Amino acid sequence: MTDMAISTAADKQQTEFSARLQKRYAAERRFRAYGLGAIAIAVSILGILLGTISFQGAPAFFQTYMKIDVYFDEAVIDPAGTREERTLRTANYQALAKRGLYEIFPEVTERREKRTLSRLLSSGAYRPLGEMVVNDPSIIGTTQTIWLVTSDDIDTFYKGQIDRETVEADRRVKDNEIAWVDALEADGRVDLQFNTAFFATGDSREPELAGIWGAVVGSFLTLIVTLSVSFPLGVSAAVYLEEFAPKNRWTDLIEVNINNLAAVPSIVFGLLGLAVFLSFFGMPRSAPLVGGLVLALMTLPTIIIATRAALKAVPPSIREAALGVGASDLQVVTHHVLPLAMPGILTGTIIGMAQALGETAPLLMIGMVAFIVDVPSSVTDPSTVLPVQIYIWADSPERAFVAKTSAAIMVLLGFLITMNAIAVMLRKRFERRW
Amino acid sequence: MNFKNLAQNVAVAASVAVASFTMAGVAEARDQIQIVGSSTVFPFSTAVAERFGQTTSFSTPVVESTGSGGGMKLFCSGVGLEHPDITNASRRIKDSEFGKCTDNGITITEVKIGFDGIVLANAKEGAEFYLTTRDIFLALAKEIPDGNGGLIENPHTNWSDVNPQLPDLRIEVLGPPPTSGTRDAFVELAMESGAKTFPELKALRKEDKKAFKAVAHAVREDGAFVEAGENDNLIVQKLTANPNALGIFGFSFLDQNSDRLKGSIVDGNAPTFDNIAGGAYPISRSLFFYVKQEHVGTVPGIEEFVAEFTSEAAWGPDGYLIDKGLIPLPEADRDAIRGSATSLAPLAM
Repeated sequence: MTDMAISTAADKQQTEFSARLQKRYAAERRFRAYGLGAIAIAVSILGILLGTISFQGAPAFFQTYMKIDVYFDEAVIDPAGTREERTLRTANYQALAKRGLYEIFPEVTERREKRTLSRLLSSGAYRPLGEMVVNDPSIIGTTQTIWLVTSDDIDTFYKGQIDRETVEADRRVKDNEIAWVDALEADGRVDLQFNTAFFATGDSREPELAGIWGAVVGSFLTLIVTLSVSFPLGVSAAVYLEEFAPKNRWTDLIEVNINNLAAVPSIVFGLLGLAVFLSFFGMPRSAPLVGGLVLALMTLPTIIIATRAALKAVPPSIREAALGVGASDLQVVTHHVLPLAMPGILTGTIIGMAQALGETAPLLMIGMVAFIVDVPSSVTDPSTVLPVQIYIWADSPERAFVAKTSAAIMVLLGFLITMNAIAVMLRKRFERRW
Repeated sequence: MNFKNLAQNVAVAASVAVASFTMAGVAEARDQIQIVGSSTVFPFSTAVAERFGQTTSFSTPVVESTGSGGGMKLFCSGVGLEHPDITNASRRIKDSEFGKCTDNGITITEVKIGFDGIVLANAKEGAEFYLTTRDIFLALAKEIPDGNGGLIENPHTNWSDVNPQLPDLRIEVLGPPPTSGTRDAFVELAMESGAKTFPELKALRKEDKKAFKAVAHAVREDGAFVEAGENDNLIVQKLTANPNALGIFGFSFLDQNSDRLKGSIVDGNAPTFDNIAGGAYPISRSLFFYVKQEHVGTVPGIEEFVAEFTSEAAWGPDGYLIDKGLIPLPEADRDAIRGSATSLAPLAM
């Protein structure tokens, strides 16, 4: 009887216990599901973002070209026969390219129609001709078959982004232009080719001629300046604060300020750059030098904080051992602590640089949000940077710039991913754990 | 990684940094023209700059998009190579800006380059809108006349409340924020002329111009007007996604997207190239650029740049700027302005 009572009580306890246990398990499963859900949402949003960008940007890596037989007429290029480079470069090649196009369609004679026909070609299509003649003047007087860039409207049409079925008045490519493109295509004269110009030229007002090389070089020059200013300054500041500075109210104040500086909106650094570097020091506008200095100010706190964390992670036993064998304080830092902290410092620096690479706001104030055609060759040449190029293209009315914008984003993302991958690799390979 | 290498690296980096600081102290000569100003004129100015760089021996001008007001501020801040040579504006220079320029010893040449229409457009599959400026004012003003001499909070929720002939759709207009020149021009041209159709507001304008402007320029903030940011492409995308909404932006964006969007008819005139050029379409504004005469001769190529901008090949009816969406001036105006621009006639106000 009593046994029974005990066992039922125990059973009861048992069931209550397992119910509670089930509940705890369920809670844990739910918790895991939430986490998994959060990751799934993040991944799918990232997927959608990258998917749309790649989908929109992919066409920009290809460009529609048209095969034209160009007769290099001496009477047009160099009537005096001097073969001077300047004459050869500035001759009216546009007329030659147009003439080649007119020859394919001899039935087009009316002036207005001829104008429309000539607009199949990009307004900059003739640019390679001058280069060709300068490199090899012997082609003057011959006929060459050359692939020339088509205009942006024809390019978008050929890529299938303009619907033939739309009413003619609402279409940017008219019926006669479509007929010409169809005729050229039937003749094998139209083709999509890899857009090398996109990676080799600077900005242009014509989408089919615009390239990102100018912006890539600008970004590179800017980051060189940023790195060469912020790395030595940031590391020395951090080493002093961490290894030598006395711990008192002043150093506390400095530390708080550095942490605050890391959270200052980047546009403020732009305003500072405008006031100090441009107005006070009189540095040139739109120059990577100034952009680099402004971004250096912005990345300094990141580097200082990362460096201090890396220095803190070096165990005190290393310092004590070095001091114990008679090293001076300077030797302790430069021979032991700094080399051991270097992977962490470099990781922080690269992440800071990646941040600087993606900045536009501070550059607005110092004139780097600008239309610049020439590829910069020094840090004082006017230039722009990759994110600014994206911004400018995104704001342009021409529809073909939509693809260019996405393509430029892909290039920028490529650089950012590479930089972050290097940071991860450095950490994985060289980081030491104690 | 030993100390020696590290020290060398740091030393090299530091010396580069120091070198760059000292180098900057030297004020350098500038061989390219610097242009700042309006984002509306930016596409035209850049097109000319690019052409100019290719066809002449001068280097390509640098064009910054700072907005009309920002450009004027930079332009008028002084004479010297650190200040820009030309500023673009989607409105005329203000008296205050002219005063500042004159105070800083700047002589300006004004060049009017053409027109830009501001359109109200919606998606192709959306309803047709036949608007008047009065309708626009009644739909978008924050306060409208109550008929008894006072003002009331705008009560209209649907277009049909504004005018029974308009479609029975919720008023939903996407437009630029107050910082934009397009917004300034829109309230000045469309809203003001709509407000003027009310006798009591017209009377107010005669008495107190400021009070009138406060009423005519105030756009409602209850959700019917959505500030969609400075990027007109974004507005175009939103319109294709939402066929019931109207958007406000520059004519060139309608021109580029004519397969997806249609412009509303205002006061009986569709926003077409010919209507804007002929002045029939009411919401259009003039575009300008201003040249700093003190820099002519110091910065090479300014005169040639002005000549290129005002050449028939650029701004004429068949010019390349027209392909970019500029609406040309009448021929007589073009000739007159070309004359005064190339002779660098000073502006007096």
